[in-house]
Amino acid sequence: MEVRNNLRYSEDHEWVLVENDIATVGISDFAQDAMGDVVFVELPEVGSNLDAGQPFGVVESVKAVSDLLAPLSGEVVEINEELLDTPDSVNSSPYEDAWMIKIKLADDAQVEALMDAEAYRSCIAEQ
Amino acid sequence: MSRTGTLTQLKVCPRAAKAEMKSGTATSGLILKDKLIFEHSDAGRTGYSLPALDVPAAALAAELTRAEVKGFPEVSEVDVVRHFTRLSTWNYGVDSGFYPLGSCTMKYNPKINEVAARLPGLAGCHPHTPERFSQGTLALMHDLQGALAEISGFDAVTLQPAAGAHGELAGVLMIRAWHESHGRSRKKVLIPDTAHGTNPATAALCGYEVVPIASGDAGVLTAETVAEYMDEDVAALMVTSPNTLGLFESDIRKICDIVHAGGGLVYCDGANLNALMGIARPGDMGVDVMHFNLHKTFSTPHGGGGPGAGPVGVTEKLIPFLPKPVVVKEAGNYRLDFDRPQSIGRMRSFYGNFGVMVRAWAYILTMGGEGLKQASQMAVLNANYIRARLEGAYHLPHQNRSLHEVVFSDQDLGGNCHTLDLAKRLIDYGYHPPTVYFPLVVAGAIMIEPTETESKEVLDEFCDAMLEIAREAEESPELLLEAPTLTALRRLDETAAARKPQLRYCPPQEATEKKENKSCY
Amino acid sequence: MRYIPHTEEDVRQMLATIEVDSIEDLFVEIPAEVRLDRPLDLPAPKAEAEVLRELKRLAAQNATEESHSCFLGGGAYNHFIPSVVDHLLSRSEFYTAYTPYQPEISQGTLQAIFEYQSLICQLTGMDVSNASMYDGASACAEAVMMASRATRRKKILLASGLHPEYRETVATYCRYLEMELVEIPAGADGRVDAAALEAALDKSTAAVVAGYPNFFGVIEDLASLAGAAHAVGALLVTAVAEPVSLGMLKSPGELGADIVVGEGQSFGMPVSFGGPGVGFFAARQKTLRSMPGRLVGATTDKEGRTGYVLTLATREQHIRREKATSNICSNQGMCALMATIYLSQLGKKGIRELAEQNLAKAEYAKQAIAVLPGFSIPFAAPTFNEFVVEVEGDVEALLLRLEEQEILAGIPLKKYYAGMERCLLICVTEQNSREQIDALVAALKGGLA
Repeated sequence: MEVRNNLRYSEDHEWVLVENDIATVGISDFAQDAMGDVVFVELPEVGSNLDAGQPFGVVESVKAVSDLLAPLSGEVVEINEELLDTPDSVNSSPYEDAWMIKIKLADDAQVEALMDAEAYRSCIAEQ
Repeated sequence: MSRTGTLTQLKVCPRAAKAEMKSGTATSGLILKDKLIFEHSDAGRTGYSLPALDVPAAALAAELTRAEVKGFPEVSEVDVVRHFTRLSTWNYGVDSGFYPLGSCTMKYNPKINEVAARLPGLAGCHPHTPERFSQGTLALMHDLQGALAEISGFDAVTLQPAAGAHGELAGVLMIRAWHESHGRSRKKVLIPDTAHGTNPATAALCGYEVVPIASGDAGVLTAETVAEYMDEDVAALMVTSPNTLGLFESDIRKICDIVHAGGGLVYCDGANLNALMGIARPGDMGVDVMHFNLHKTFSTPHGGGGPGAGPVGVTEKLIPFLPKPVVVKEAGNYRLDFDRPQSIGRMRSFYGNFGVMVRAWAYILTMGGEGLKQASQMAVLNANYIRARLEGAYHLPHQNRSLHEVVFSDQDLGGNCHTLDLAKRLIDYGYHPPTVYFPLVVAGAIMIEPTETESKEVLDEFCDAMLEIAREAEESPELLLEAPTLTALRRLDETAAARKPQLRYCPPQEATEKKENKSCY
Repeated sequence: MRYIPHTEEDVRQMLATIEVDSIEDLFVEIPAEVRLDRPLDLPAPKAEAEVLRELKRLAAQNATEESHSCFLGGGAYNHFIPSVVDHLLSRSEFYTAYTPYQPEISQGTLQAIFEYQSLICQLTGMDVSNASMYDGASACAEAVMMASRATRRKKILLASGLHPEYRETVATYCRYLEMELVEIPAGADGRVDAAALEAALDKSTAAVVAGYPNFFGVIEDLASLAGAAHAVGALLVTAVAEPVSLGMLKSPGELGADIVVGEGQSFGMPVSFGGPGVGFFAARQKTLRSMPGRLVGATTDKEGRTGYVLTLATREQHIRREKATSNICSNQGMCALMATIYLSQLGKKGIRELAEQNLAKAEYAKQAIAVLPGFSIPFAAPTFNEFVVEVEGDVEALLLRLEEQEILAGIPLKKYYAGMERCLLICVTEQNSREQIDALVAALKGGLA
């Protein structure tokens, strides 16, 4: 299971890439594997404000459904429109093509609270 | 042009499979393909006849009318008959063979029930018929209510809900109405992790927050657990007894006492009543509300998914809240009572699935009290017999004595085979698979409910097949992984179906006109 | 007991295999304190002939279309049922199967539902139909909840001409969902009062719900209702209690409806004292994911052959539990199959001719009654196969006198509407001959005296 070193991870298996004050969010390779074939992704509207831990969307496979929980607080400034038509890329390219939303960070300190790659590796090793 | 060039011979199953299958009833045979009814259509062909119009024709303003129902088929009566007859042969029903679908009580559907429901005086009675001309239907409903109350130990029964989930909704709405009539606005409903998904969905529909509670290691709910969760914000506990593991909730009396002492009510999902008739009654256990499934316990056909009927029994304190109208008997006459100020209201139009009630009443009359008890006893005997024969070959996660159904898991299944593969292989042996992957508390669950209408011979053949499949999983797992092979279609691609939903047929010209419309096939 | 095959010897052998001594030992987990210590107080078992005799005795106490001249509608309709429908339905591979959980051995049910969904879309002019729901009234309640989810609004405007039992059912379902239900009165012509609607519509409105035709048999102006609803971002929910009308009326989809529900009993099902019928439910593509109920979709098997499966199940209770779009976990499979067979047989020309006959017969009766002294037609808007008659006199007494002539003349509206004590709803279908209609008119004329 691939865990990328340049990313941060939430306990809920979202990954976060922070560039300046914009955080790009997706779900991890581990998460997509556990879900099985993803058939549908629902994302929030651009402009909505999220609190960390709040559901911002849904990812569905044939027989499972998971809420996506915001790893960080902030405003949604962009969503991956293409992903809505190609949900299978969550399985084939979780860290690249299947990014989900970009959040303008409300509080930089929240990033530090997320796991780094090493911590996430040991987290999923326990599961 | 010939439209009948559709004969095909079934693929012969792999030699290995055929050579090794010693049990089961399936064989290969001639099966007929068919297309969609729309694809049989030919402009100008008709399959109906109406009497000549004996009054002057009338018209509506052009802006109100359509030119035609675009896309509707134009086929002959023979086309229709052959099409649906072929479709029927692609199905497996209780009349085809053993159908041990757990939690669904797929017992034999007696044919007299079908005849009874079609009697012109019953099927032809209009719901707006004045009461003096519908005494027969009202009497039947009244007597059926009484019989269900006697079987379950409740004080009153409504027949209005159309299915089990609809009955649950009526039941939980009554619970909430009862609380509110006492000025209480409790927020939570406790639901064990073994529950059917309808339980939490229903509680949410009634504005309740769902609090899941864990059943113990033995697979049953303990009084201690319930006591731990019970507080002044809990409106109700929803239980299923016997539960979805086929185990009796042996603490039920204590559990009901705890919930009542805390000011809550107990809802029982009656899906599994087939274990208890004449043996024990939920109303006597302290349960306040329960729905019945006439299509499970009382032998009415499942109809490929419905119609069912989900009557609800209640104790005395909930009677004022029953859905209206209620059938009552006064001075030898039956009538519908609409004057029920505390009623939760109506669950649907009219009075319920009357045609299903007729079938259930025919069944109860046939069985009598004694026959119903015997049905429950033999249903429990059958489940325990299967358990005894398969224990050892299949992992049994819970050890308490089973009632009407038994839940195994795929833990001991060899060859990297899973429950799904076992299920598909059972099809090759000529059986409808059990319920799979439910209840959720057992990983890879295999939930077998034989019902009382199956003979020892049928159970033995099924158990032989199950044992043979367990061996196959060890020795030639590809037989499971590739199954089914004897069916007209192999495993279907559910992922593709969900990714690009095609939910209706579109005529070829419409498909090109509306390329953006993704729901067209 | 003919449904239970066990012999005494079978039971003995099975108990031995289980390693218990008696049947009683199988019930050890049920404590004595909750056991029933007496036989059930029910009648003794009856033979098949006796059961049938008893049911025929009950059946004989009811009036039907065969014993009476019947002009009852109001949500359940007498239409001719071709022999083919019941004959095919009686294929027990259909009716003794359950939910098509195992698609490889359920293609009959699945393909039939796919065809049903297609027919409903064609009839309603919508993009997607579910596999069916309990009945028209509960489908209407589900539509209201879906509209509220889709718009995230809580106010629902219900036309008073919507079938009263549909309105009551909506109220029951919404009882604890913090919805605001507002009734919009009918105007003088029997359609939704446009001014009252305009006054009630606002940015908190989730949906406008109207019958088509409505309970008075009147054909609502759906295009105007859709325009008014859409102007404030609300949805138009249309409930069709008599779908034979859609054989000639413009489809609700074409007129701008967002959700179309209705009752399919007219399509090959007996009136059966009000159930079972089949609730149909159709919507737009864009709201597919928030639809309640089962859906069947096309796909292929591993060898590339077309087949059908239950799909998009993640909306449903067995997966999403308390967050599901509905608590429903079944459909009315057998009734949906009846509708599919019936509509296939009727086809494009048949549904049209059937609708035209219903209209013509009802119009013939309406015009004849309109000119009777003491009777009038209160609503001027066009109607389909039902219409309201206002009587100068006592409706109940009139109905009683007609019953003596074996005519069930209609539904007194007093039951449903305050202020309509003198009104009667009369339904005329293709099953009512000219002779019957003439007899009704004559009896009404004489009955008032």
